[in-house]
Parts: sequence; C-alpha cells; structure tokens
Amino acid sequence: MRREVRDVVFVDGVRTPFGKAGAKSQYAETRADDLVVALIRELLRRNPQLPPDRIDEVAIAATTQTGDQGLTIGRTAAILAGLPRSVPGYSVDRMCAGAMTATTNVMAAIAFGGADVAIAGGVEHMTKHPMGEGFDPNPRIIAEKLVDPAALNMGVTAENLHDRFPHLTKERADAYGVASQEKYAKALADGKIAQDLVPIQVWSSEKGWGLAVADEPPRPGTTMEGIAALKTPFRPHGRVTAANASPLTDGATACIVAAAEVAEELGLPAKMRLVSYAFAGVDPEVMGVGPVPATEKALARAGLSIDDIGLFELNEAFSVQVLALLDHYGIADDDPRVNPWGGAIAVGHPLASSGVRLFSQLARHFETHPEVRYGLTSMCVGLGQGGTVIWENPNHADYGKEDDK
Amino acid sequence: MTEAASGYTEVVTHAKVREVELPLGAGTMALITLDNGHDHTKPNTLGPATLASIDAAIDAALAVPGVAAIGITGKPFWVAAGADLKGVQVITDREQALEVARTGHRVLGRLGGSPVPSFAFLNGAALGGGLEIALNSTYRTASRAAGALALPECAIGLLPGWGGNWLVPNLVGADKAVTVIVDKPLNNKVMKADEALSLGLVDAAFDGADFLAQSLLWAAKVLRGDVTVARPEIDRTEDTWTEAIARARGIAATKGRNTYPNVDKAIDLIAAARTHSKAEGFAAEDEGLADLIMSDTTRANLYAFDLVQRRAKKPAGAPDRSLARKVEKVGVVGAGLMASQLALLFARQMKVPVVITDLDQERVDKGVAYVHTEIDKLVGKGRMDTDTSNRVKALVTGTTDKALFGDADFVIEAVFEKMEVKQQVFGELESFVKPECVLATNTSSLSVAEMAKDLQYPERVVGFHFFTPVALMPTLEIAPTDRTDDATLATAFAVGKAIKKNCVWSKDSTAFIVNRLLMRGLGEAITTVDEGTPFQVADEGVVKAGFPLGAFILIAMTGPGVALHTAQSLIEAFPDRFTASPGFAALVAAGKPAIYQWDEAGNATVDPEVAALWPQGDSPSTAEQVATRIKEAMADESRHMLDEGVVQAPQDIDLAMIGGAGLPLPHGGLLPMLDREGISERVTGRRFLPPGVASVPSS
Repeated sequence: MRREVRDVVFVDGVRTPFGKAGAKSQYAETRADDLVVALIRELLRRNPQLPPDRIDEVAIAATTQTGDQGLTIGRTAAILAGLPRSVPGYSVDRMCAGAMTATTNVMAAIAFGGADVAIAGGVEHMTKHPMGEGFDPNPRIIAEKLVDPAALNMGVTAENLHDRFPHLTKERADAYGVASQEKYAKALADGKIAQDLVPIQVWSSEKGWGLAVADEPPRPGTTMEGIAALKTPFRPHGRVTAANASPLTDGATACIVAAAEVAEELGLPAKMRLVSYAFAGVDPEVMGVGPVPATEKALARAGLSIDDIGLFELNEAFSVQVLALLDHYGIADDDPRVNPWGGAIAVGHPLASSGVRLFSQLARHFETHPEVRYGLTSMCVGLGQGGTVIWENPNHADYGKEDDK
Repeated sequence: MTEAASGYTEVVTHAKVREVELPLGAGTMALITLDNGHDHTKPNTLGPATLASIDAAIDAALAVPGVAAIGITGKPFWVAAGADLKGVQVITDREQALEVARTGHRVLGRLGGSPVPSFAFLNGAALGGGLEIALNSTYRTASRAAGALALPECAIGLLPGWGGNWLVPNLVGADKAVTVIVDKPLNNKVMKADEALSLGLVDAAFDGADFLAQSLLWAAKVLRGDVTVARPEIDRTEDTWTEAIARARGIAATKGRNTYPNVDKAIDLIAAARTHSKAEGFAAEDEGLADLIMSDTTRANLYAFDLVQRRAKKPAGAPDRSLARKVEKVGVVGAGLMASQLALLFARQMKVPVVITDLDQERVDKGVAYVHTEIDKLVGKGRMDTDTSNRVKALVTGTTDKALFGDADFVIEAVFEKMEVKQQVFGELESFVKPECVLATNTSSLSVAEMAKDLQYPERVVGFHFFTPVALMPTLEIAPTDRTDDATLATAFAVGKAIKKNCVWSKDSTAFIVNRLLMRGLGEAITTVDEGTPFQVADEGVVKAGFPLGAFILIAMTGPGVALHTAQSLIEAFPDRFTASPGFAALVAAGKPAIYQWDEAGNATVDPEVAALWPQGDSPSTAEQVATRIKEAMADESRHMLDEGVVQAPQDIDLAMIGGAGLPLPHGGLLPMLDREGISERVTGRRFLPPGVASVPSS
C-alpha cells in the first residue's frame, strides 16, 4: 500500500516561566524532568478532547542528557506525568535546536503515518547542567584543526560573526537588544506572555515550597546608555555583551502536534500547518549564520520566497546572529514582523527548549494576524547549524489553497 | 525538666514562610512549609520548638502586606507524623502535659481563627497532629501520592488532642467521626486522598505530580469565588449521635478489649462534640489528653508502639549486618502444614528457589500443592498478579533427593518434634550441604545445642522459631547456641528481616521466650481447671489477664498435642514451676482437638466428652482469681528468664509476646502491665522496667 504524505498541524504549545540560571534561580532546587512533567500534564488539561492513549510519541530534547535530564527523558517524563504505559517516548539532542528537532521529527513521522498525535518539547536546566557539562573533546579537533577550539564557545562565535559582517556594529546589536527587552515588557503588560505560561511548583531548602509564575531573566528599562559600557567577556574591546546576548536560562517547553485529519477527528484546534523545514550545517566558528542556509533550504522546499513570510520568530542567542539573517534578506533591524514580543535576549534561552517557544509564539501571532499567511521560525545552533520551520496560518483566507508557487 | 536531664532533644521542624503570587490574580499567599531538613526517612514531628516556629511563621505570614491567604504544607513526602512522642514520654507532671495540649490548640487554632482564609495542602503523609494542622485550617487539599492520612491516636493510648476530636465530628458528622477517630486506628487502617475526600475531611484531591501547583490554582479559584466549597450542616439529632456512639463503643469493645481509657475518652469527646462549642471542645481535649499523658497505661501503650516501630527494626543481639552471608537458595525439610507455610513465605518474600523435602514423594507433592493453592488464593483476592504467581510457583519445588540441597545457603527443618528425628535430619543434611550453609531449626522446645552436638560444623546451626499462622504472626525467635558463629547469626537475622518478621534474640533454653511464658500462664489456668474451676470461667480469667483469646481456644489453634509436648519439655526443664495436668494429658490421649464444641450460631459449649475425661477438684476460682494467678505466674517466670539471660533486655520479652502471642498493642506489653499492677514487685521484689520507660516517670 503506497503511503501518502499527510498534513500536520500544531495544536498547542506551553512553556514554564524561565529561570535565570545560577544559585538564585527559581528552579535551583527543582528537577528538570519535573518541569517537563508539569507541561505534559498542562497540555492534557488544556486539551481534554485528546485521550492520552492516542498520543503516539513523546519526544523531549535536552542538550546535556544526564542526571535529571538523562535516561530517555521523553519516556521517563511520560511515565512520571501519568501517561498510559502504552505511550512510547524518546530523547533528542541537537543542542539549541533540540525542541525544534524533536518537533520536526514527530511531524515527519506523522506526515508519513508513523504517528497520529505527538508531544514534543525540550528542557535545559543550565544551573544544574552548564553548557558542555561532561563533554570530552576529541583531540583530533585540535590536532587536525577541524574546528577552532574557540568555536566551542558561543560568545566567541558571535564575535567572529561581527568580524565577518563589520557593518553589523555593536551599536546595532545593542539597539536590537534594547528593543527585545522593550517588546517583551510590553507583551508582558498586555497579558500576551501569560497565555502559554504554566505556573510551576518549586522547592527551596531555605524557603520551602513556592510557585514560579514569571520569567526571571528579563531586564525591563534597559537603555542604550546603560549598556554601552558593559564588559565584552569574549574578546577585549569586543562587541558581544550581556545586553546583546541571551542569558543562561533554566526552563522547558512542550507542544502537541497532530495529523490534520486526526486533529479534526478529535476536535483539537489546528493553530498552524507545517509547510516545510530544513536544517543546515555551517562553520562552527560562525555558528550564528546557521539560520541563513537553513532558511534558504526551507523556503526552496516550500516553493516560497522571503517576501511571502509575514511574521518571524527568530531565536536571539545573540543580536548579531539575528541581524545576520535579517541583513541577508534585506529586512530592517526593527521590522515589526520580527519577534513582536521580544525574544531570547530578554526572556532567556534554555538551550534545547527554545524552538517550541518560537512555535507557540508564532501560533499566537497567527491568531491575531489573519492577514498573514506564512510565518517562519528559525534558530542557530552550537557547533555550526541552523534550523528553520515554515508554517501556514489556518486563519488566513487562502489557507490550504494550492498556489502556483 | 531540662533537655540534658531528660536526655531528650527535639528534632525541630522549621516553619519557613514564602510569598507566593497566586494564579488568576487572586493575590498573595503566605505559604508556610514545614521542613526538619532531613529526608523522608525522618518525618517532620511537632514538638514545642516546632510549634513555636509555626507560631512565628503565622505571625510572619499575617504581616505580609495585603496577604490574601495563608497556606501550610509539608516537605517532600511528609506533612508531619504527629506530635513529638519522645517529648511526651519525658513529661513528669500534669501541668507540662496540659501545656502540650494547650500549645497545640493555640498554635494550630490560629489557622482556624485567622483573619484571612487558611489552606492546608497535604502534599505528603499526615498523621495525628499533622492531619490536625489541616483540620484546623479553613480549607484542605490532599495529594493522591500522600502515603497515609490518619488520626492514629486511639491506637497508641492517646486521643486526637489538638482539635481533631471536636473538629472531625463538626465537619463530617458523628458516624464518619467514629470511622476516622475510632474504627480506622483500631483496625490499623489509614486513608488515602480520595477516601479522605469522600469522607469530607478534605475539600479537593490532586495527583502527586503537580499537586502543589494545582492546589494553589484551586486556592486561587476559591478566593475568587470561582469555586465554592460546600460545608453542609451536619446532622445534630440525638438519635443519629446515639447510634454512632453505640457503634463506636462496639468497636472499642471488640477491637479494643484490653485497651484502656483513651478510646472511651475519645468516644466521650465525639459525643460531647454534638453540643460543645469549639472552645469547650478544645478545653475538654486539653484535660483528656493531660489525663492520658499522665496515665501509666498510655505510657505503656507508647512504649509498645515504640518497640514495634523501632526496636523491631534493629534487633538487640544481632551481629553486624555486614557479616551476613548471601542467601540465594533455601531448603525446607518437612512438608507438613508448617513447613509448607514456611516454603511459601520464603519464596514469596525472598524470591529465591525453595526446595521442600520429606519422607516420601506423596508428602512432598502435597506440600508443593499447598503452596500452589495458597498462591492461587492470593491471585484470586487480587493480592498477587499472575506474572508474580508464575514466578513464585516456579521457585518452590519438592524432592526426596537431598542432594538438591547441595547449593542451598539456608535450610530450615520443621519435622516431627522429637530430638532423635531432628538430629538424624541434621546429620543427614550435613552430608549434602556446604559447610557454611545455615542449618536452622523451627523447634519450639527442644535444645538447639543438643541437636547440633554431633555435627561436623555445629557453628552453623541456629534456632529459628516461628509462630502460627506463619504468614500473620510477626515474632521470630532466633536462638544461637554457645557455638553458633557470628556469620550464621547475622545471616539468620538477615533472613528474618527479609521475610519481614520481628526478630528477637533468645537464649537456647527450653521453649525460648513466648511459649515458655505462655505455657506458664496458660498452665496456671489449666491448673485452676484441675482444681475445679469451670473451663469457661478459666478462659474468662485468661482474657482478663490480657490475652486476646481464651486459653483453650489458643490451645485448640496450636494443636493440643503440640502444646502438651511443649508443656512436657518445660516440666522437664523447670519442674519447680511447670506441672503436668492429668486432664490435659487425657484430652490429648483421647485425640480431642478442642475443649469446646460450636453450634451453627457459633456458640461454644464444653464438649461433654472432654468434661467427662478431665478430672476436676472442688476448689473453683473466680475469673478474677484466675487472672491474678496467671499474671503472678508470668511475673515469676519473666524474672527467672531475665535472671537466666534468656533475652537481651526486658523489652524483648514484650516485643516477642506482642508479635507471638497476639497480645494487642494497646495492652502496652506484658511487663509494663505487671509493673503497673504491682505484681512484679509483689512476686519478684522489684519492677521489670524502671519508672518512665513504660510508665509515668517520677518527677
């Protein structure tokens, strides 16, 4: 029997409030897997029409798969969340694009008919698991000059990106960072952020139980003057500072995706339809440029051009890497289509989980922008990769219609 | 009394306060977490410093600007295991006892009288005072993962004295209060969240995974008025209460026979709660609790509870655990009922191969068949799943070929109670088993040393004596000989622990601990029958002396033949104190299984054939007199046993008797009772336990 590719839709997405990694993180004494468990349970509560035994896969990403992020967290979290034993699960790692990859994996499975409904997401508890924890670099990397060892440091790659594109100045990077903070603060005040935020119970041996309800990393009221003199830790007299980079973060994300026909059968909402996706590799030394080839590929596969994209959710590991992508396509730094609610520079970037935050936010934008037909989510990845996923807005008048493109 | 003087230091549970922003804009909750800083193996307890910490935390909570509600919850897995009982045990005067009661009422009562609503989130086990924290609060949620929710006070000589006795009936009515306060503890039952919810004790139940977050969301909804918590008026009609109280008295009479005043008092307070105001109810609890704390019976109850909870887990006289050898295969010699019960126990609890052997294949097959039948029964009752039943059945095999014991690590014999037979069994086994294989004997009255004396490796022999029915009776007497080595003894204790028994060290002397004491006491009852006391009066005396059942019923359960044999061994060993009863011998010779016969309605009358064969004198005693003689006899025997070093400490007599003779826990233990009634001093010249150990300490 010949298989047909099915349409796949994004049903719902949630995240935990993010914690500022460090001893004072609201999650300092909370387990990473408990974050995922809370999100899985909330997704089911928000979507009671989904019988838990219809979930065909739970794919959870984490970069450092050890301790409370280890041992096939997709499976353990499913059991801990109370899902039926019949629901399988697995773990994924593509560093920063973990959750994005977990989601594209299960969506591809769904499209093929290998699953009907899936949960995908990611977690990174950077307080407990700093980037690179437990990594043992192969000596050939240095001996054969395969990768510049400095490229293993993300901040250094951002400085390299400034070198490659000197017109992407520190001022532009700073301005972008300030704007991210402002846009987040406004979205927060407007009640946009709270929509998909799940309160999480947290433990502190000093203070007892508490409830995490808000993102810790944002720095409202950031000004150009205030950040101009910040240290550049990755290079003396460099350009990359804490104000134009995302902070180290603790957090998790999760979403439900489904075959469009199954979503309809179960009465589940279809908030976005998958159009295309692509991952691409680039030199690790300039990992921030990853979104460029990934976006080129995804657009080509979709038969679309950048002009067809009405909204963007781009991960902000560093201002300069966002600007590199925008610059490539001639999009202005402050184009209103880009990250309308701010991004990782303000809210944080728990490594493996950010992809699904981008998806969830784009889905929300689609709700209030029926005039936008296509949206694009993209991110750069450590060790030189990029990932891009393109979505169609079900609220658009031409949704689902065949184009000549 | 200073800490140093009493030797008691409170493990303080700290009440930590944290501001929580509730969802849905419901405002700020000041959330109090109780945490003693230890893991789940050391539950939070509520002593005076802890109550002071809670008091201060409530102050801090109410001082939070604009606070909308107070919350209170426990550390992971535990809210609290109740009041700090160690602290209670060192109280020497009634004022101190009153202070314990009053302070608990005052502090926990603040949760009930708080200017803002209070929410108790039972995230873990909550017993006694731990549950009363919630009962005093305005609202309560419970986690389905909480191990136990209960008011166990009535089972340990106390009553719910921090509000529970008044709050529960006023919350859920008289009948349910009887269930929670009397029925469940006396039946050793606890509640889980859903049962507490259906009883109305808590207002909401949530799964464990995100219990607190869901509870806080629920609290927000309650504060906003999105959720209304029903508080239906309880039924205060006299008839309803009378009926409930009658039910309670009935439970106390059957389950709590030999319990002392605390259960009656708790029931009195439930009755009074129909009309008492909260202040009156709390004051009555103060007085009731103070009286109980200052009573020897309650102190004995707490002592017995402590024995079973703590001493049982670390048996005195056991060598270092690291000396124990691994036991990966067990042998059982004998395929009779006892041996088959043992085989099932070992297979089920240790999950190792168990080989049964007996004289012929027919007996062996019968033993294995018994094991299979019992396993099928467990599956039928839903107490074992089929995968496990397959596993356990496959573990138990039978053979007449003793060579199959070659790789056994532990072999126990439960053959006919005759020295020559047991010696022959051990001698034959030795030719098949490894030198380090432990050879254990289930003998009830023969000398273990004698059994081992001709063996090549007598150091691996140990007494290992169970009580019937093996699946139910907790006590296991472990009796090393003078030659038993530490590795063997350590292995025996390890096996005992693995099969979940309360192991008690005993000297290798006739009938060890329990049977010796029992036969001395019951022997006295039999003597009164020989003298002319009617059987049923003697049995009444046995029950009055603290036993759960009459002598003759107990004997019927063991088997009169076995009981007689034990009696004869004791007569031989201690002829001054154990005497033969011709009537009892005649009973056994006639093959009669019991003194009584039962009609369809369950009424027992003396079998006329037994009455005919039993010679009786003409000096009958009253039940009261029988009881006194039994107690005096057991006091005398206990003193001899202590002097002979039969046990490591008097506590082991009590622990062994509680789990071996079915003495109910509320009885508080044999020796405390004898001390309390002055019998120890009258008969042996001094107490068994110093004041304060199982009685109120001298000030």
